[in-house]
Amino acid sequence: MRGQELIVSAMGEAALLCETERPLNDADQRRYWAMARAAEAWPGVLEAIPGVNNLLVVYDPAAASAAAVERALREAWTDAVYQASESRLIEVPVIYGGELGMDLHGLAAHAGLSPEEVVRIHSEAEYTVYAVGAVPGFPYMAGLDPRLAWARRDVPRLRLEAGSIIIGGVQAGIMPVTTPSGWHSLGWTPMPFFDAAASPPALLVPGDRVRFTVEELRL
Amino acid sequence: MTGPAMIEILAATPLSSVQDLGRSGVRRYGIGVSGAMDPMALSAANLLLGNERGAAGIEITASPLRLRFLADTAFSLCGADGAATLDGLPLPPFWAMAARAGQELSVRAPRAGMRAYLAVAGGIDVPVVMGSRSTDLKTGFGGHEGRGLAAGDRLPIGTPAAPPRIPEGGFGVAPPAGMPLSEADTTEVRVIRAAQYGRFPEAAHETFWSTAWTLRPDSNRMGFRLAGPALIPVERVELLSHGILPGVVQVPPAGEPMIQLNDANTCGGYPKMGVVIGADLWRLGQLRLGGGLRFAEATREEALAARAANEAYLAGVSRASRLARRV
Repeated sequence: MRGQELIVSAMGEAALLCETERPLNDADQRRYWAMARAAEAWPGVLEAIPGVNNLLVVYDPAAASAAAVERALREAWTDAVYQASESRLIEVPVIYGGELGMDLHGLAAHAGLSPEEVVRIHSEAEYTVYAVGAVPGFPYMAGLDPRLAWARRDVPRLRLEAGSIIIGGVQAGIMPVTTPSGWHSLGWTPMPFFDAAASPPALLVPGDRVRFTVEELRL
Repeated sequence: MTGPAMIEILAATPLSSVQDLGRSGVRRYGIGVSGAMDPMALSAANLLLGNERGAAGIEITASPLRLRFLADTAFSLCGADGAATLDGLPLPPFWAMAARAGQELSVRAPRAGMRAYLAVAGGIDVPVVMGSRSTDLKTGFGGHEGRGLAAGDRLPIGTPAAPPRIPEGGFGVAPPAGMPLSEADTTEVRVIRAAQYGRFPEAAHETFWSTAWTLRPDSNRMGFRLAGPALIPVERVELLSHGILPGVVQVPPAGEPMIQLNDANTCGGYPKMGVVIGADLWRLGQLRLGGGLRFAEATREEALAARAANEAYLAGVSRASRLARRV
C-alpha cells in the first residue's frame, strides 16, 4: 500500500489523525498542508486541521467510511504538492521588553546573551506558520534560532495579554487573545491576529511567513 | 413595529449561556465548537416546539434561572429536572408549554443531572457568528454579548416557521435512556481506543476500564478532570501539538485522565488513551461535579449504532411532538 510510513489512528468514530515517526521537519509540514487542502474537497470530509507535523481529518461517518478516508489520506501523502505561491510574508511590529515583554531579561540570562542580542536574533529570523490552533488565531511557528530556545514555564501565567510575542521550547508564537499561557513573552504588538467578526477570523494561516520588526526596545 | 419578541432574564448565573449545536468548520482557525454540552436535550427541546433541532436555546447549568416572557410564545424544557414553574405552576422535565406575555418561568438547580435546556418557539435569535449562535465563553464572542447570562439581559426570539400549537396544559416526552435520575447514579460512557493506548501497560488498561472515576470540582465546559488511580505509560510520551476534539481522553504526566470538551483548546499534546463516542457526549454534559464515571470499551461499529439509536430517539420526539401539536 502507498503512503505506508504515514501512521493513521482513529480519534473516535468520526476523525483520523495522521502523523509519522520522523523528526520534526519542514518538508513533511508542507505535505500536511497540501493534504489538508486536498482532503477538504473529498466527499464526507468536514474539516482538515493541520497540526505540527500532523493532520487531523474530521469526517461524517454516514457519508464516508474510515477505510476510504484512510486510503485517500495515504495517497495524498504521496501525491499532494504544496504550492509555495500560497505563502504570504507578514511583517509584525514589536515593542520588545517592558511590562508586556517581561521575560526578555530572563531569556537573555538563560541564553547567556544581552537583551539587545536576543532582540536582534529574534527579529532577524523568518518564521513559518506551521499550524493555527489551541486558541483562536494562535500560530505555531518554526524558525526560532536555537540559541533562543527555552522550555515552557513550569507553572503557566494565569494571564498573558493579547498581542504578546512569545516563545515556548523551540517554537515561536503570537498570542491573539488574552489567556493563560506557559510560554515566555519577549514583547508586544498592537497588530490584531483574531477578529470574530472578520472573514477569515484569523490573520495568519498555515504556510504564512512572519518577520518581526523592532518598533521600540524597552529595557 | 414593536421590534422582536423578547424574553427578559430576571436572575441567572454566568454558568448559564445561549448555546446551539455548536460551531463547525472553523477549528483550523483555532476556534472550538462550543455548543450545548447535552445536545440530545437541546435537540429534543427544539423538536418539541417544531423548531429546527439546532436552534439556539439557553443552557442552564447547575444553578437557578428566572425569566419573564415579554410576548406570547411557547417554550420547552429538557435535560436535568430543575423543578420548573410557570407563574407557580409546576412543570415536568421534557415538557413543552405555551406562555403568555408577562408570565414568569423559574428553574432551580437540579438535584440529579447537571444542565437543563430552555428552547423557545423560533429559537433565541442572537446574531450568528461563524455559522453558530453559541456563546464561546473562553474567548468571549457569540451568544449574548459573548458571555454568560445576567439579570436584566433581554434576548430576542426568532419568528417560528409555523405557530407551535401547543395543547392546553402542554405535553411531554420520555427522557433518553440513561438520563441520570438520582444524584448517586454512576454515568457510563463508551470509549474507542486512541493512538497512545498501546503505550500504557496492561495494568493501566485494566485500571482505566475498571475504575469508578470521580469528576473533580475544577471541571467545566473546557474539560473534565478525573480523580482516581494514576495511569503511567511504559515510557514518557512526547507528542507534537495536534488537533483534538471533544471527548478525547488525555493522560497528562501526573497520570489522572482528563476529557477535553466543548470549550477545550483545539490543539493539544498529551497522550490520548481513548475518545468518548459522539453519541455519549451528552451523558458527560449531565455528569455532576463529584459524580461517578466509568468507561466501557466500544468499537467503531458500536459507536455508529449508538449514533443511530440517538437519532431514533429524536425521531420519536419529533413524531410525538407533531401528534401532540396536530401538525
